[in-house]
Amino acid sequence: MMSEPTWKSTFKAFLYLLPALLILIIFNIYPIIKSFLMSFYIDFDYFNNVVYERGVRNFIHLFQDPNFIKATLNTFIFVVGVVPISIILSLTIALFLNSKIKFLGFFRTIYFLPFVTSVVAVAIVWSWIFHSDYGLLNYFLGWFGIDPINWLTDPTYAMPALIILSIWKGLGFNIIIFLAGLQNINQQYYLAAQVDGASAWRRFTNMTLPLLSPTMFFVSIISIINGFKVFDEIFALFNGKPGPANSTLTVVYYVYQKFYEEYEFSLAAAAAFVLFIIVFIFTLVQLIIGKKFVHYD
Amino acid sequence: MDIHLEQLTMQFDDVTAVKHITTTIKNGELVSLLGPSGCGKSTTLMLLSGLYKPTGGEIYFGDKRVTHLDAEKRGIGMVFQSYALYPHLSVLKNIMFPLKMQRVAKAEAKQRAMEMAKLVQIDHLTDRKPAQLSGGQQQRVAIARALVKNPKLLLLDEPLSNLDARLRLEMREEIRRIQQEVGITAVFVTHDQEEALSISDRVMLMNQGELQQDSAPQEMYRTPSNVFAASFLGNPPINFLNLTKEESKAGTYTIDGTNQQVTFMNPALKAYETLKIGLRPEHLEIAAENEAFITGEVIHIETIGRDTLIRVQQGDIPVRALVDPKIHLQVGDTCSLAIEENQIHFFDTNTSERIGGGFSHDVRTNLEEHV
Repeated sequence: MMSEPTWKSTFKAFLYLLPALLILIIFNIYPIIKSFLMSFYIDFDYFNNVVYERGVRNFIHLFQDPNFIKATLNTFIFVVGVVPISIILSLTIALFLNSKIKFLGFFRTIYFLPFVTSVVAVAIVWSWIFHSDYGLLNYFLGWFGIDPINWLTDPTYAMPALIILSIWKGLGFNIIIFLAGLQNINQQYYLAAQVDGASAWRRFTNMTLPLLSPTMFFVSIISIINGFKVFDEIFALFNGKPGPANSTLTVVYYVYQKFYEEYEFSLAAAAAFVLFIIVFIFTLVQLIIGKKFVHYD
Repeated sequence: MDIHLEQLTMQFDDVTAVKHITTTIKNGELVSLLGPSGCGKSTTLMLLSGLYKPTGGEIYFGDKRVTHLDAEKRGIGMVFQSYALYPHLSVLKNIMFPLKMQRVAKAEAKQRAMEMAKLVQIDHLTDRKPAQLSGGQQQRVAIARALVKNPKLLLLDEPLSNLDARLRLEMREEIRRIQQEVGITAVFVTHDQEEALSISDRVMLMNQGELQQDSAPQEMYRTPSNVFAASFLGNPPINFLNLTKEESKAGTYTIDGTNQQVTFMNPALKAYETLKIGLRPEHLEIAAENEAFITGEVIHIETIGRDTLIRVQQGDIPVRALVDPKIHLQVGDTCSLAIEENQIHFFDTNTSERIGGGFSHDVRTNLEEHV
């Protein structure tokens, strides 16, 4: 069936691709190009799409804006806070769900629930959990003699609160992906390793980790990209504000502020482009590292 | 180190896969576990490896009881049916893996792995990944990995079943060569009688979780201890006939489903009203009608290798025989077949156990030809 592509077969295939392609071009590709071009607009009429002056002044402005620097820094803190813990935690839970336990289906459903629940609903529940007077979290901490923390109103604790919520929210998806990866590993390798004298821990480090590396790679790329894009959780958890004293202002939130609140369209486009470059560099670095450590069959 | 199994039993939810097996595997022996699929042979191997723990009975390695010892502490080598080579490691690292688990120094581990690779003749492939090897090469790597830590026992789970016919012959001899060169005790599982009978010192025949017969290959073929052992071994398969005693004449029986009568000299048969007899196709010969054991119509002729296989039908009963291809026969001919009495296998109809017969010093039977 796999014969050389001809013009006829290419045209036929193109027809099948067309509907999705149209939507992607209109809502994804065109805006990406447009916003990239827009980041260079200096003087323009947004509504009539007339540009009087172009330049790189938007980018210079960005790097002189302390809010943008703070947003970039916050974004990095967020990514570093969420991704490693989320991966370790979800892998641990996936290993547990992959073992022989009772009520497996029940547990799998429970852990997947956060993924299918709306961010707004999740944030409302968590804002109660984080509540300084009536919150469950402070109640538990009280058992260990820790004084109530103003999770959502103290600038020091707003970011940790956001990180906790995001880790919890991301678990379901990561667990499902890890679980699928674990189930793809042939049990024979574990049996062989066991006969070869590997203890449970060494079977994990010598078999599970390397054989799971493609999954690990996929999950870490997706998690990092998602981390850099964080917005909904902040908006919902802090009632449409970027945390107390801009303590959870992130790059996407900055873009949102510039675009919808301050109507600085070209500045927003420039910030979005900077974020794109950051994510791009990170993904590139991961791809290079991945080549060395990821084993594909 | 002798390996001793004592009343070994393995019960899965509602199936008893292995039932009360007691046997001793002597040091340096190559023993095969033979039987149809689902007979419990692989389970027995898994019990020896420690990957399964028995629900009853004991396993001893030498004097040491290992029944409940985990697989990683038993110090055995195992070759899996699908080889289970670690796909992310090179051939050399695969062979070194058991040594790495024993925390052997890297230089020494590498040297020992290379020696093993030489023994199994894959030392030119050590940098490759398992996926780049052929089936036979993967098999050799798996054997090297199993042997590198100098285990006291080597287990092989259907090691030849994933190879093509020619390679299977080659690897069969390789396994025997390596086993004898290393002088290791080995247990190997197979459903293929030819494999089992050709390379093992001893065959343990299993069916439905029970040990049917435990003996040297020749002996198992020549004196099968019950109807199952007789039916499982031999190709083409043995013919079974049911006989009923004639009251009027001593030592005379009628073949059920026919009107033919046969007479035996063997005094051990006197006590039995009914008998089941086994006739191996290669022991039947075309004879004159007055010497015939059974006479009937030829219903099928087929040439296999050097012999001609014919099917002769008398009444409702077909009998397969391997005959000299020089004798000219046609479908529809009447044909008489004779057999020497000491080559007939006699079984108790009720218990299926052997009564007697079979010629244990039969020099005419070439085992290689008829399995």
